[in-house]
Amino acid sequence: MIKRCKQLTLATSVALACFTATLPAAQAAEEQFFPILSYRVGPYGANGASLFGGFIDYLNYVNMKGGVNGVMMTWEECETEYNNAKGVECYERLKSKAQKAPGPLHPLSTGISYALVDKTAADKLPLVMMGYGLTAAVDGSVFPWAFPLVTTYQMQASAIIKFLKDKNGGSLAGKKIVYLYHDSAYGKEPIVALEAESKLGKFELIEIPVPHPGNEQGAQWQRIRQEKPDYVIMWGWGVMNMTAIKTAQKMGFPRERMIGSWWAGSEEDVIPAGDAAKGYMSATMNVAGKNVPLIADIEKTVYGAGKGNLKDTAKLGSVLYNRGVATAIVSVEAIRTAQAKFGKGKAMTGEQVRWGLENLNLTEARLKELGATGLLPDVKTTCSNHEGSGKVKLQQWDGSKWVVLTDWIEGNKALIHPLFQAEAAKYAKEKGITPRDCSKEK
Amino acid sequence: MIYRETGQFKTDYAADQQIFPIRQDRVGIGILLLLAFIVVPLAAGNYWFNAILIPFLIFALAALGLNILTGYAGQLSLGSAAFMAVGAYAAYNFQVRIEGMPVLVSFILAGLTAAGVGILFGLPSLRIKGFYLAVATLAAQFFIVWCLTKFPYLSNNSASGVISVPNVEILGFTFDTPQSRYLLVLTIVSLLALAAKNMVRSTTGRAWMAVRDMDVAAEVIGIRLMHTKLLAFAVSSFYCGVAGALYAFCYLGSVEPDGFSLDLSFKILFMIIVGGVGSILGSFLGAAFILLVPIFLDIALPWLSALFHLPFDNATVSHIQLMVFGALIMFFLIVEPHGLARLWQIGKEKLRLWPFPH
Repeated sequence: MIKRCKQLTLATSVALACFTATLPAAQAAEEQFFPILSYRVGPYGANGASLFGGFIDYLNYVNMKGGVNGVMMTWEECETEYNNAKGVECYERLKSKAQKAPGPLHPLSTGISYALVDKTAADKLPLVMMGYGLTAAVDGSVFPWAFPLVTTYQMQASAIIKFLKDKNGGSLAGKKIVYLYHDSAYGKEPIVALEAESKLGKFELIEIPVPHPGNEQGAQWQRIRQEKPDYVIMWGWGVMNMTAIKTAQKMGFPRERMIGSWWAGSEEDVIPAGDAAKGYMSATMNVAGKNVPLIADIEKTVYGAGKGNLKDTAKLGSVLYNRGVATAIVSVEAIRTAQAKFGKGKAMTGEQVRWGLENLNLTEARLKELGATGLLPDVKTTCSNHEGSGKVKLQQWDGSKWVVLTDWIEGNKALIHPLFQAEAAKYAKEKGITPRDCSKEK
Repeated sequence: MIYRETGQFKTDYAADQQIFPIRQDRVGIGILLLLAFIVVPLAAGNYWFNAILIPFLIFALAALGLNILTGYAGQLSLGSAAFMAVGAYAAYNFQVRIEGMPVLVSFILAGLTAAGVGILFGLPSLRIKGFYLAVATLAAQFFIVWCLTKFPYLSNNSASGVISVPNVEILGFTFDTPQSRYLLVLTIVSLLALAAKNMVRSTTGRAWMAVRDMDVAAEVIGIRLMHTKLLAFAVSSFYCGVAGALYAFCYLGSVEPDGFSLDLSFKILFMIIVGGVGSILGSFLGAAFILLVPIFLDIALPWLSALFHLPFDNATVSHIQLMVFGALIMFFLIVEPHGLARLWQIGKEKLRLWPFPH
């Protein structure tokens, strides 16, 4: 009998535990749900951990400061391992929760964002690809639901060329530039822009692909040694960057003449390369370091309360961590913008958040207010310009930290943006989409 | 008792040659098809269609393709994902380049293209076999992916090398809802599975199995080795090609060559090993196992960790998932090396004798 009783109490307590575990979900406050397709394992896990850590820390920070006019940010993570099929599965799993009041979706993978562009448009969920993804989506008339926000590969490539031009007295004519790229959608996107620039600037462009994941680059650097280029522009991600920097040292190519893209310019890329990385440059859309007031405040508020997302707090203030914060800022500001129009203190629907993203006006003054000066350039989006900025800074690794070399540099918009429109028009034709008329949008 | 065939007499050859000679099997398959075609489309939610059912059917088809080659004809291959890539890109090109091309025709042409490529890479099988052949088919894996990235023509000069497929439209009906896409995939997979089942029962299938069991003896009794082996490669690649086309058109919507990596080939290989080598049913069971177990663990583990207040984060869950998955595969292979299909067969035999086993 006693045994029976014991069993019964055990069963009840288990049932109670189950019940209380489900309780918090039942509370009905105004909430904005972020489906987070993150990756912390797999080939790019180290990068994902820093970036999504920053993203979640900022959401936590916003909540601790009272939310967006009282609306709380909620989220759920799903591990994609940077794998397209898994990304789609995660998206399908989280989308029903996001349907009511979605926060912008950030897949942080060009492949996954390609797979989701049509799906998010059909489900009416805003997709933000900050600094990656389907760059043709800059043309919002064809892609109302997709936002390659802040800046794109093509504009970045153009900005790097502009930087090199300034360094060489205003002209690159007769110079030789190698474009060393990850042989995937990510690495291929900027080629059209670089080709257009090379025609315009009369420099020779040599394209050298590196197969995924890029841990073997002997042949590629052998070729670079033969070609004796003036500069190497590198579009790498993950292990490829470190290998490239080390191989450059082995082959005797000066790192001062190597410039990486913003995904090839984080601590994760240069620290493992050790001494070889000294002098290496990269573009970036956000500064590193904890001397940004917001980052310092996050450390104090969020980590002070023990709610930090990073396991390795040394990553706080790293390039990718700060980029994660910047990504979250854009998302939250879009919700704030939407609330200003559709009603403060209410959770925004997908359509409303989309409007917020399309009418974003993140001025320097607003960034200063947030304490985020330098975390991202000023952003002003419209229906016909889902990029909104197109500016990058150049930074250099001095052996222990990234040193910012320049102010914001804007790419050659007049040259690059028509390329987006052409690509978008081709996409619209293949898919049978009728573009909306941006002049009629308010 | 439940599975007794007593009283079921076969009085003519037609009855003897049925695919499912036992009435219970026929009824079972009937119920299964009824469920798949009518109940599931009415009952399942979008998540089930988009994330589970459609990929399950597509991978089952790919596994079926590999099973024909490896399970029935005994030719090891590690190139299934590459043949899927050929199918996906071929279907895309037929669709985009030829005005008014019906989607179904382009699926068939995609299968045929993959079959052609399969024959090409099957040629070494005439000289080498076993592991050596597996390595030779690895060449297909690397060559095709390289080819698709190297020549922009194959992706219709897309700036990024990624293809984004047009809508699926058949006779004016657009397959844009998850249900309709599921039904389309289900129909194609059912028909091809039926064809495969019949193929392996026919002369062709017997020739494949003869070659698998002992190719010298097969040659002695008059089976043309070259013809048989290459036919197996062609049919297998056809199946994989159609699966690839469906993968692009009905599942992901946009694919890049890197998506069809060696990993995917291995995944398909695991499907037939776990499901059962040389079994049509095994292809389906294996695909379900390989696809569903990770998703199940992905959902169950965070729930369990929340329940017991364990400090798991997403990365840990992902790692545990890999470990559990690996352990499960090992367990299955040790307990039942012939795969899940064999377990099902044993179950059926037990049911026949039940309740008086001898």
